[in-house]
Amino acid sequence: MNDQYEPVLVGFLCNWCSYRAADLAGTARIKYAPNLRPIRVMCSGRVDPEFVLQALRSGADGVLIAGCHPGECHYVNGNIKALRRFSLLKNTLDQWGIEPERVQLLWASASEGTVLAAAVDRMTEEVRALGPLRWSEKVLGEKAAVQAAVEEV
Amino acid sequence: MSEQKKSPAEQEKIGVYVCHCGSNIAGTIDVQEVAEWIEGNPNVVVSRNYEFMCSSTGQELIENDIKEKGLTRIVVASCSPHMHEKTFREATERGGLNPFLYEMANIREHGSWATNDKQAATIKAKALVNAAVERVVHHAPLEKIPVEINPKTLIVGGGIAGITAALELAEAGHHVYLVEREGTIGGHMAQIDKTFPTLDCSACILTPKMVDVGQNDNITLLSYSEVESVDGYIGNFNITVRKKARCVIDELCTSCGICEEKCPIKVVDEDYGAGITYRKAIYRSFPQAVPGFPVLDKENCTYFQTGKCKVCEKVCPTEAIDYEQEDEWIKFDVGNIILATGYDLFDARKIPQYGYGRLANVFSSLEFERMVNASGPTGGHIVLRDGETEPEKIAIVHCVGSRDQNYNEYCSKVCCMYSLKFAHLVHEHLPGAEVYNYYIDMRTPGKGYEEFYHRLLNEGTHFIRGRVAEITDADRQPGEEGKLIVQAENTLLGLQQRNAVDMVILSAGMEARHDADEVSKLFKMGCDYDGFFNERHPKLAPVATMTDGVFIAGTCQGPKDIPETVAQGGAAASQVAKLINQGTVMMEPVRASIREDECSGCRICNNLCPYNAIEFDEEKEVSRVITALCQGCGTCVAACPSGVIDGAHFTNTQVLAELEGILWDVQSDVTAKQEVL
Repeated sequence: MNDQYEPVLVGFLCNWCSYRAADLAGTARIKYAPNLRPIRVMCSGRVDPEFVLQALRSGADGVLIAGCHPGECHYVNGNIKALRRFSLLKNTLDQWGIEPERVQLLWASASEGTVLAAAVDRMTEEVRALGPLRWSEKVLGEKAAVQAAVEEV
Repeated sequence: MSEQKKSPAEQEKIGVYVCHCGSNIAGTIDVQEVAEWIEGNPNVVVSRNYEFMCSSTGQELIENDIKEKGLTRIVVASCSPHMHEKTFREATERGGLNPFLYEMANIREHGSWATNDKQAATIKAKALVNAAVERVVHHAPLEKIPVEINPKTLIVGGGIAGITAALELAEAGHHVYLVEREGTIGGHMAQIDKTFPTLDCSACILTPKMVDVGQNDNITLLSYSEVESVDGYIGNFNITVRKKARCVIDELCTSCGICEEKCPIKVVDEDYGAGITYRKAIYRSFPQAVPGFPVLDKENCTYFQTGKCKVCEKVCPTEAIDYEQEDEWIKFDVGNIILATGYDLFDARKIPQYGYGRLANVFSSLEFERMVNASGPTGGHIVLRDGETEPEKIAIVHCVGSRDQNYNEYCSKVCCMYSLKFAHLVHEHLPGAEVYNYYIDMRTPGKGYEEFYHRLLNEGTHFIRGRVAEITDADRQPGEEGKLIVQAENTLLGLQQRNAVDMVILSAGMEARHDADEVSKLFKMGCDYDGFFNERHPKLAPVATMTDGVFIAGTCQGPKDIPETVAQGGAAASQVAKLINQGTVMMEPVRASIREDECSGCRICNNLCPYNAIEFDEEKEVSRVITALCQGCGTCVAACPSGVIDGAHFTNTQVLAELEGILWDVQSDVTAKQEVL
């Protein structure tokens, strides 16, 4: 690999639409950024905002939540609930100074392998341009604390 | 279910199997390195890489390792769980473990096939395998939930697809509720004159089937009715149907037709008659209607509009007319549902340059279909709008509203063939007339279809390859006066041509029903980009939907001809019959449950559930999940502020463990800092 910074993205993909979209992208041999690491959930409405925060805390540079298009949710309207939680979460992230590109919500139906692949490519570039998240320094302002701790040791 | 992390003392013995899938995975991912690397995980006892894990020898590897090495958890890194999760769950079960103590890492569709970068693909594969290993530690043994199948079936739509499905099931001895929006079953096929390529009389082959439906004791026919609500799930749907008031008492009516004969009001028949015939205010769409009871059209009835008339009541020999009749709501339970709601014909008015609705002698395909029918307004004579002049030159325009970026991009599949049929019928009815078919590509895939095309070539039809640009009555050259001029490029000659004809027929394509979207929401399944109902798999599950127990058949799934529609009706019926014969189906145990002793009774989850599966116990002041109704979406799990709802197989602990595992390489950085702190 060259020296280019490779962001790590975590994807929460719903079982019925976007996980299958990613399956389809693979089956159709669409090549896209290998930076997204997908986690399957039954519905985008299952994505607890805590999952997103935990991903960022654990070293992810960005999180993609993907679900069925509005009106096409396998569970009637779970994606709308995901949208509501996402909007609230965005406010919080914004107050912490986390750039909006780092946490994104996408609608991709099971037939939209190209849509999902293009979104991953786009998001990878956007997060690459932002650089690593560095949660503890950037968000919690702990850099000084870490240094102090290191010096003490 | 434990939300606690496993302590080192409770270590699991995990077997990891990394599949090569020939070169599908191994060509991009260093499977050996992945397998060797994961062996370093403290819970992993066995780690293998094998050429084809889904082969019987691959599955035996798992079974033998469970027995010989006492494995307690299994991870297979191969393809998508939608491909082989079932295969490996079964192998796990055969080895003696609960099948849910298995987890899959999708390193093919999401890994090797999605990139050419071998190094990046291997890192991603490690992340996915590690995530599965970390997750599977927290898996709990689960049992599938048995659900009994109610042997009754709801079929929506009484066209040829619905009729076929209803008869197949009824003749197999199962009860069917057939719900039809119009006053009679029959659908579009009842409007057609002849069927291609055999030129069978459509009514002659359809009406016996309609009669069979009316006479079969296993079929409850609810015509002039619509489904209002659908609750429940596979095996146990609760249906409410609104039976609209037709002002005729079914039990008394003998279908004698006297009311229809004596009714003084004539109305243009926009539905069955395609707007070129008349019907009465109390009417049957056609004499062979099933059921034979007429429908009273209140909007056009003199009695309902002015309070006077009542002719039908006076002439009815059995006193079957009831002006006070009201809509009736009928409730019943079924185990499965087949949707056969059909299509709408593309409205040619949307293409103004073709002049339909503006130029008198431009006809829609359905108008021509009715006109050429012996029971139509002209008794089957082909005449211009004036009702008497026989046309000498007729142009038939293919692909109206189909294969057109401005309208529908897809091919409607049947228009080429029915345009050929029209050309043949013109030759038959008007032997001297010239027929010009304007086509983009001639599409005749089907048994006997290409032969029919050759027959038309021999009958002297003129085939012009080119999309028609405009149809106008503005004459520019001698001989064009009073004619319709068809302007098109003949792409085989490379020439722009004007063709003065007497009559134009627009071969309109098929569109999804205007209300398909609402219907799909009612039945909790989806529509595709073009608005047709989405099948579960385009190749392998064409009549199933993403919703268990809901099937689709015919043109509601996409444009198709009668043989294909009938085949799908039969296919949907056999899918339902399979479930009825099984008696019970096993449902995934992915369900939510509430730890009642920890529930604060805040009721936040109550209104979130799309299935009303959460009830509130007023006495104990806690919420409770009704397992039979829960579909396992997990939105309540995500919302519970106390974190006391467990989504089986997708618990917080499991998902968070998977998350930690998937970030194995970036994690170290974070944990190092935490340790220092």
